[in-house]
Amino acid sequence: MKFDDEPVPGYSLPILPGHVSPGRLERVLRAGKFAVTTEIDPPDSADPAEVLKRAAIFDGYVDAINATDGSGANCHMSSVGVCSLLTRVGYATILQISCRDRNRIAIQGEILGAAAMGACNMLCLTGDGVQAGDHPQAKPVFDLDSMSLLEIARDMRDQCRFQSGRRIDLPPRVFLGAAENPFVPPHEWRPHRLAKKVAAGAQFIQLQYCFDVEQLRRFMAKVTDLGLLEGPGRVFILAGVGPLASARSARWIREHVPGVHIPDDVIRRLEGASRPKEEGKQLCIDLVHQIREISGISGIHVMAYRREETVAEIIDATGVLEGRTPWYPGRDNPAELNPESPDAPHQEPALALR
Amino acid sequence: MYAVRRWVVRHSRAFEVLYRAFEPVLLRLHPVWNRIGYARAERPVRAVERRIKGFLFDCRMCGQCTLSATGMSCPMNCPKNLRNGPCGGVRQDGGCEVRPDMRCVWVDAWEGSRRMHGGGTIHAVQPPVDYRLMGSSSWLRVVREQRDGRQTA
Repeated sequence: MKFDDEPVPGYSLPILPGHVSPGRLERVLRAGKFAVTTEIDPPDSADPAEVLKRAAIFDGYVDAINATDGSGANCHMSSVGVCSLLTRVGYATILQISCRDRNRIAIQGEILGAAAMGACNMLCLTGDGVQAGDHPQAKPVFDLDSMSLLEIARDMRDQCRFQSGRRIDLPPRVFLGAAENPFVPPHEWRPHRLAKKVAAGAQFIQLQYCFDVEQLRRFMAKVTDLGLLEGPGRVFILAGVGPLASARSARWIREHVPGVHIPDDVIRRLEGASRPKEEGKQLCIDLVHQIREISGISGIHVMAYRREETVAEIIDATGVLEGRTPWYPGRDNPAELNPESPDAPHQEPALALR
Repeated sequence: MYAVRRWVVRHSRAFEVLYRAFEPVLLRLHPVWNRIGYARAERPVRAVERRIKGFLFDCRMCGQCTLSATGMSCPMNCPKNLRNGPCGGVRQDGGCEVRPDMRCVWVDAWEGSRRMHGGGTIHAVQPPVDYRLMGSSSWLRVVREQRDGRQTA
């Protein structure tokens, strides 16, 4: 899909009526297209080129890139840093903000800073516990929870106010997201908890890894019944998917990564495969086909940690983009750009004089 | 105590009734609190509240009790101090992500809320903790707020 006012690196799109952000992800979702997002592995380095290199792997395949915020409670380059580098060259980013490491003063400042740097999407997360990461001796902050973070971010945007009530001159125009995990207890509450997140301001949801399609179906049926997918305040749901490398790594993830539920039959399928890596990818492709058929799913979020090159293969094999090429730096011919944009070739004024 | 607090959640309905009966009593004692002065009453009331709620709920004296909206399971026992429901890290057996030997406070809260008349309040979004109130009496605050509310109404 191509908009007639296609973005120019570093410049925002106009905000359409009924939209809250100048970002492409909101446009793709509200246009009813099947959206694809992914996650960049933030470097353990201060090298900006490394960030751009890691993002370029997804060129032409994803509508937005999540910049994780110390995922798994491990230390990496900050999400604001990654987003700033990426938006500078025009990528659409999803800024992840976790409540684990900062209090409300730092978080609200970060929201303003990231929005000023061109981040149009924000994913409000609770965050993994510090015990899961490389600094288990750190102080867990958790001043806010994902729900109050959503509310605060929404009020910053819509009421132009900090939580303290103090005014914000120019609000952060961000499309607000949250995470949900339909695959862990209390299962019965999960759809209602999603409703609570929507009430707190969530406009899109990225789900945890979905390996249990039956459970996802039940969850989505309930979400639909609750009326969360209708009206102007509707929520868009992206299912989490990703390739597993082997039965051994699947077992490791199940035991060590908080909140990832991998059913036994998935592990058995990998165990029986002669080429487990290929099988893991095929399994992911099969899951995407099944998930796409579930009513109410607006897209997928592909998490392929350390196997980023498979994202393009999975997208190609599943055909979820339906022939469209999401924007990436260098996709468009400058001559075809919106004449308003600074990158468009200038009309020679001399011609008119002649 | 862990066992007591689990038992309380299993009997959340009874504790809801108890609390509903207890609140008007506290409210009726307003003249007493007023005579002593709320500031002076704070210390002894806080001490009593800490003992009782500490024993029953493993109360952490956050000073802004939401037990009625959390199925009588104190959310401050969640290692992430979540006030609005479980995180995505709950284990398949209902165990806590951070402390696997402990059952998720919010799995308990959901079950407790299902037994209560006013259990639906678990769906309301709770504001973040006001850390200025940490360690203060939630009971006195409720009485004072309700009185102030009535006077201004």
